[in-house]
Amino acid sequence: MTAIRDAFGKALVELGGKNDQVVVLDADLGSSTRADLFAKTFPERFFQMGIAEQNMMGVAAGLALSGKIPFVTSFATFVTKRACDQVAISIAYPNLNVKIIGAYTGLFSGHTGATHQAIEDISIMRGIPNIVIIDPADAEEMRQAVPVIADYRGPVYLRETRDEWPDIFGADYQFAIGKSTTIIEGQDASIIACGVMTSESIRAAAMLAKQGIKAQVINMSTIKPIDRQAIVTAAQQTGIIITAENHSIFGGLGSAVAEVLVEELPCWMRRVGIPDVFGESGSNQELMEKYGLSAKHIAEVVMHTIKKGR
Amino acid sequence: MKLQGVDPIWALEQRAKAVRKHVLTMISHAQVGHPGGSLSCVDLLVALYFAVLRIDPRQPSCLERDQLILSKGHAATALYATLAERGFFPLEWLATFGKINSALQVHPDRNKVPGVDASTGALGQGLSIGLGVSLAASLDQRDSRIFVLLGDGELQEGQIWEAAMACSHYKVDNLVAIVDLNQVQLTGPVSTVMGIQPLPSKFKSFGWNVLEIDGHQFPQILEATGAAKSCRGKPTVIIARTVKGKGCSFMENKSEWHGRAPTSDELCQALAELDRD
Repeated sequence: MTAIRDAFGKALVELGGKNDQVVVLDADLGSSTRADLFAKTFPERFFQMGIAEQNMMGVAAGLALSGKIPFVTSFATFVTKRACDQVAISIAYPNLNVKIIGAYTGLFSGHTGATHQAIEDISIMRGIPNIVIIDPADAEEMRQAVPVIADYRGPVYLRETRDEWPDIFGADYQFAIGKSTTIIEGQDASIIACGVMTSESIRAAAMLAKQGIKAQVINMSTIKPIDRQAIVTAAQQTGIIITAENHSIFGGLGSAVAEVLVEELPCWMRRVGIPDVFGESGSNQELMEKYGLSAKHIAEVVMHTIKKGR
Repeated sequence: MKLQGVDPIWALEQRAKAVRKHVLTMISHAQVGHPGGSLSCVDLLVALYFAVLRIDPRQPSCLERDQLILSKGHAATALYATLAERGFFPLEWLATFGKINSALQVHPDRNKVPGVDASTGALGQGLSIGLGVSLAASLDQRDSRIFVLLGDGELQEGQIWEAAMACSHYKVDNLVAIVDLNQVQLTGPVSTVMGIQPLPSKFKSFGWNVLEIDGHQFPQILEATGAAKSCRGKPTVIIARTVKGKGCSFMENKSEWHGRAPTSDELCQALAELDRD
């Protein structure tokens, strides 16, 4: 178990040591996003912008115009909604090399409730051209994603989960933008997951295995551009697709996968995610159970869908 | 650009007249565009591109250059005409303005036009971009100057004041904001749509060095940009009083010419007026 935000903060410092073009912007949440580690190590390349996200996005655009690689950090809900037009017009339209880090993703916002939960951030960012969207599954994938997105030239939205989640990947794992990974093989159903729902899906697959159902688990950490081939192959292999995401069922991973399937290979499919409601305060476990994100719920959806598909 | 034996102010005035003719012709031919707010800032842009900015049209992306961010992106025709006159791209391009597949979008796209430093058009965003460019220049110890041209109606956007606060906080003295104070916006006078005054004291209270000029008088524009350079430790704003639709009698101070294109007859009248002056 490693806190994914801690992995982000350390990776950012490591990146800063290797690449002096990397600069970091914060809107007074550095101690939460862990951008404060960078601030302590490279104060001259850290820009505190105050609680003013729209200006922060524009400043990042200007820094990128001058060859810098800005990492803009705040909560996912603020970087995608408060500053949406600035992201679209100041950054994405001119295709600038800005890395937008959205922390406290989905329902998992440290008990803060609906005002600080980002349940539609992927949906918003998917609608804006030019932006790559990544939701790492664990600390190792986050650690690797940070330097990879810095090397990629263009705007990236990186989701940063707050808390500790099970470690999935070892140092031998190789993260690449746009490439999914099959973590568990299985021929009865495919669970395509992103972010920390990948580890819930792995647990779901274990529950299903006890009942003789072999579900494969695919980590789809890049939501845009999505790994179309992997989705089509999964549909060919199992004919049953379940998506799992810490996000609204509208406009996120489930929608992206459905768009591919409906064009390439329609099959039985169900989306696990936050239904069309705002969240509330509560522990991650309580929220997962109440809003249907838990491993148990994923397993139930898989079984139900297999029954329907037969 | 110094022409031997020619009064430099007279030369700037002639250049501005040529730019105004391009602006009206482009908008009339395309039947789209924003004549009022383009004509009001022509003299400011001509002064900057022909007498202030350290630029080389052959190297439009050179990092050492000074930059102009046209935050009021709807004045694109004035910028395009000035850039073309300055040699950033052929004058023939101007005839394509607003047409499908043209580099010259109705609001400027930096990836399509040499010399355009930022893509703008959604109001309120240019000052923040300018601050980012300014911070990068300081970080890399370049002595570039960054100018941001703002509309006065645009100052109603909250992001402008976030940026004004941040420019002052970071003490950026390589950045100069210029307000094109033409006092008219799309649906009426700025003072009735949403008053922004008292502007000088607003900027002063945000920690800015404030200069006020007549934005159609080249000597005043040049003096103010020079004075801004010698002000250290804080950003400078030049509040330039201008006339919306300047140079075209039937457009001046009229909000209906914010976004209306002149007919061919109106264009003929406007061009004849400019030739007479």
